[in-house]
Amino acid sequence: MNFPILSSLIILPTIGALFLMFSKENNTTTVKYVALFTSFVNFLISIYLWVLFDPSISIFQFVEDREWLKGFINYKIGIDGISILFIILTTFITPICIISVNNSIKKRLRDFLISILIMESLMIGVFCSLDLVIFYLFFEAGLIPMFLIIGIWGGERRVYSAFKFFLYTLLGSVLMLVAIISIYWISGTTDIVKLYELGIDGKYQNLLWLAFFSSFAVKTPMWPVHTWLPDAHVEAPTAGSVLLAAILLKMAGYGFIRFSLGLFPLASEVFTPLVYILSLIAIIYTSLVALMQEDMKKLIAYSSVAHMGFVTLGIFTITQQGIEGSIIQMISHGLVSAALFLCVGVVYDRMHSRLINTYGGLVSVIPKYSVLFMLFTLAALGLPGTSGFIGEFLILMGAFKDNFLVAVIASLGVIFGAAYMLWLYRRVVFGDLNNKDLLKIPDLNNSEKFILWLLAIPVLFFGFYPEPLINTIEVSIKDLIEMYNFNINKYTQEVSINE
Amino acid sequence: MNNLDFILPEIFISLAIMFLLILGVFKKNSSNIIHYLSIVCLLITGILIINNPSGTQVTLFSGSFIIDNLSSFMKILTILGGASILLMSKKFLKISKIFLIEYPILILSSILGMLVMISSNDLMVFYIGLELQSLALYVLASFNRDQLKSSESGLKYFVLSALSSGLLLYGCSLIYGFSGSTNFDIISNTVNSNHYGLTFGIVFILVGLSFKISAVPFHMWAPDVYEGSPTPVTLFFSVVPKIAALTVFIRFLYVPFINMMDQWQPIIIFLSIASMIFGAIAAIGQKNLKRLIAYSSIGHIGYALAGLSVGTNEGLQSSIVYISIYIVMNLGFFSCLLMMKKNDLYFETIEDLSGLSKNHPILSLCFLIVLFSLAGIPPLAGFFAKFYIFKSVIEQSMYFLAIVGLLSTVIAAFYYLRIIKVIYFDEQREKYDTDHSNWLKVSLTLSTLLILLYFIFPSKLLEIVSSINVI
Repeated sequence: MNFPILSSLIILPTIGALFLMFSKENNTTTVKYVALFTSFVNFLISIYLWVLFDPSISIFQFVEDREWLKGFINYKIGIDGISILFIILTTFITPICIISVNNSIKKRLRDFLISILIMESLMIGVFCSLDLVIFYLFFEAGLIPMFLIIGIWGGERRVYSAFKFFLYTLLGSVLMLVAIISIYWISGTTDIVKLYELGIDGKYQNLLWLAFFSSFAVKTPMWPVHTWLPDAHVEAPTAGSVLLAAILLKMAGYGFIRFSLGLFPLASEVFTPLVYILSLIAIIYTSLVALMQEDMKKLIAYSSVAHMGFVTLGIFTITQQGIEGSIIQMISHGLVSAALFLCVGVVYDRMHSRLINTYGGLVSVIPKYSVLFMLFTLAALGLPGTSGFIGEFLILMGAFKDNFLVAVIASLGVIFGAAYMLWLYRRVVFGDLNNKDLLKIPDLNNSEKFILWLLAIPVLFFGFYPEPLINTIEVSIKDLIEMYNFNINKYTQEVSINE
Repeated sequence: MNNLDFILPEIFISLAIMFLLILGVFKKNSSNIIHYLSIVCLLITGILIINNPSGTQVTLFSGSFIIDNLSSFMKILTILGGASILLMSKKFLKISKIFLIEYPILILSSILGMLVMISSNDLMVFYIGLELQSLALYVLASFNRDQLKSSESGLKYFVLSALSSGLLLYGCSLIYGFSGSTNFDIISNTVNSNHYGLTFGIVFILVGLSFKISAVPFHMWAPDVYEGSPTPVTLFFSVVPKIAALTVFIRFLYVPFINMMDQWQPIIIFLSIASMIFGAIAAIGQKNLKRLIAYSSIGHIGYALAGLSVGTNEGLQSSIVYISIYIVMNLGFFSCLLMMKKNDLYFETIEDLSGLSKNHPILSLCFLIVLFSLAGIPPLAGFFAKFYIFKSVIEQSMYFLAIVGLLSTVIAAFYYLRIIKVIYFDEQREKYDTDHSNWLKVSLTLSTLLILLYFIFPSKLLEIVSSINVI
């Protein structure tokens, strides 16, 4: 453990972005290859990291600890079984985004790739920071490139969406900043590892939990603060939507596991019903809303909210299955929603319409596309044999263990999910071919085919064989739950002694 | 006469002013020389301040003048700010046909006034310094005298400032009456919080000082004066006088009246909250960038005051860090503003920035970084400035202040974002000249890099500031 492999993972995309900044703007092929090369190297490094990673221990590995703000905050990063999967997801999705810009980004390609690469740096930073302030830095800094991605390359209402996205998330996060500083004064450190050992005084936990929750709930997004997501998704360019759905939303899920459960177990116990209710509303309500959408991207955006509802539900069951399921669901949703947005992007680039009723009968015109779209639709509704099934199944198992009623209602959501996804597929791909313009559109080109298959392989692979994922996270989660229960027991004992 | 050694910088700068004035009167067309000579004089003054023979704290002239870490740091900040403003303003003055010898001399004299203010340890000395800097500022505000707006802003500033000076003097006399001295140290020994007269005195002085730093509700002059003055003068207004006034704030509150904290703390908290909220909300509707930056500076002063209201050394240090970073950000902002020039005409409304990113990608990128930093988004310097403030505020469990402050950053983010939106999202319109003076380019690059790379070595500035202990 001498070479700072995590830091290099964080810095490498930024270096690539710097290269791009000094390259000629109109030379689009070079620009693209530089970006692709950087992100691909980063992916290889992260795979190497996975190989080196030892899943049998739960302590943080590859830890780097450097003095940063003297006597106050250290630059401390490291990973455990939970974070490494998100890092690989990030490094996997980014090259796919970069390949996909071929078709969708027409202007200022270089600037777009710079934003994507900087975004990658920041997202990896979020997943490996082991200090609250460092985490906050990465978490918030991501707003800047995402604001630009939506605002510059977005659709018609891009300005409104960009502002909404920025201000919503900023508003959620400032309370978290207050909480982080308070933790520093309460516990004397913002180092997560030390905080895990020390624990935070029970009487502060509820307020702190709520402050963190306000930030994560906006980012997840949970009902009722989800409204920025459909707007942002609809207006963002395809690659932007992919980044947003696949990785940005996962920051909050990761935050719930790492901070809400890890730092504030007592408060998590108190607020579990709240999270259950909000998650259930998200699952049922947004599924119904998704049914009524005319716009394909909006429909998938609402389905993201519903899927993230499952994730939050699973996390707060605080069972081995529930949390494992949540993480697998997040990974799977990262892959599937990315693929679905790319699928919408494919037809959008050809027809310049996202409305469902523009399409119909695509199966006879572009069969290859229809097959892949079918695969991802089924993965989104959680068909056995796809990664989506494993996630949802484990979450529901965890939920049944914890609360029967909640699990039953959540299962209803699975049915709704199947309904809107299948209906979307039927309206777009089957049916009569009424729009004559559709006859002229070409089937998938090579790069589109390539990236969609690239996404399809892990979806199917982990659907049949989720062992590698579960192996990686198992010990870390087990430890987390043990720590959680230990803290709860300690507290209840203290209370009974006092009485 | 040993005392004179310590005030060598002030003596030097006064002599330099007189010399430059005489030179300007007797030598024709000497604006250029005087401009550069005055920069050299400022730098020499800066070196003299750094070479201060004392090292630690000294009081001179029977305790009415003080030199310590606080005064040295703030003086250097003032000098650097003044020098960079002089460097940046030459081209603007030339194009606006106001490149006169008086400009650098007036700036030097107001800086002299500020140096005296910063070192004052006595109400009378402080007042003399304040008046010297204000008199120079009145003239500077109306420096473009052929323009109606500029003369108007000078007059407005003069009338309102005179009023606040009156209040301030009244406060000084009250404090003298109830404590028997004008010297800060003597006051602090005799202070007795039971005297309502003293409280009244403090309130009057705080009103006068708030006026100088344009804290709400004494901010009314700022937008008009900022808009009317020539742009380099606006830059001067928004940066340098605030350093001096903040120092006086610190010294006045923390030396003689620290024991009366329960009396002045609510006032400062009120000023701070009002400034933060008002600065954020009122800026939303602005169309002129100079007016907008006026409201933004009101908001920023609110944050600096939040640090002051804490009443600990950490609190005042965080205020000093805040004001230092704020100066760098403002220099960056105004460098961008001074680059919006086409055919010898300067533009200053937000709409003129439309689509700037297409024709001037580098300028836009710098603007973007400066604006996000002003909004306080990590990992830029502006975030750390706010972070230190809230760190010291939360240490004293003043959660209400912290939450209000952070919520107003969200509101304030909106209008900074609006500028970015115009630059990056809107259709292109103007194509500006690119023949900027090298100094302008240097100052823009330097300030942007400082803002952008601050996060790599965040503790450097903190280490310097942590030697400043007043209590």
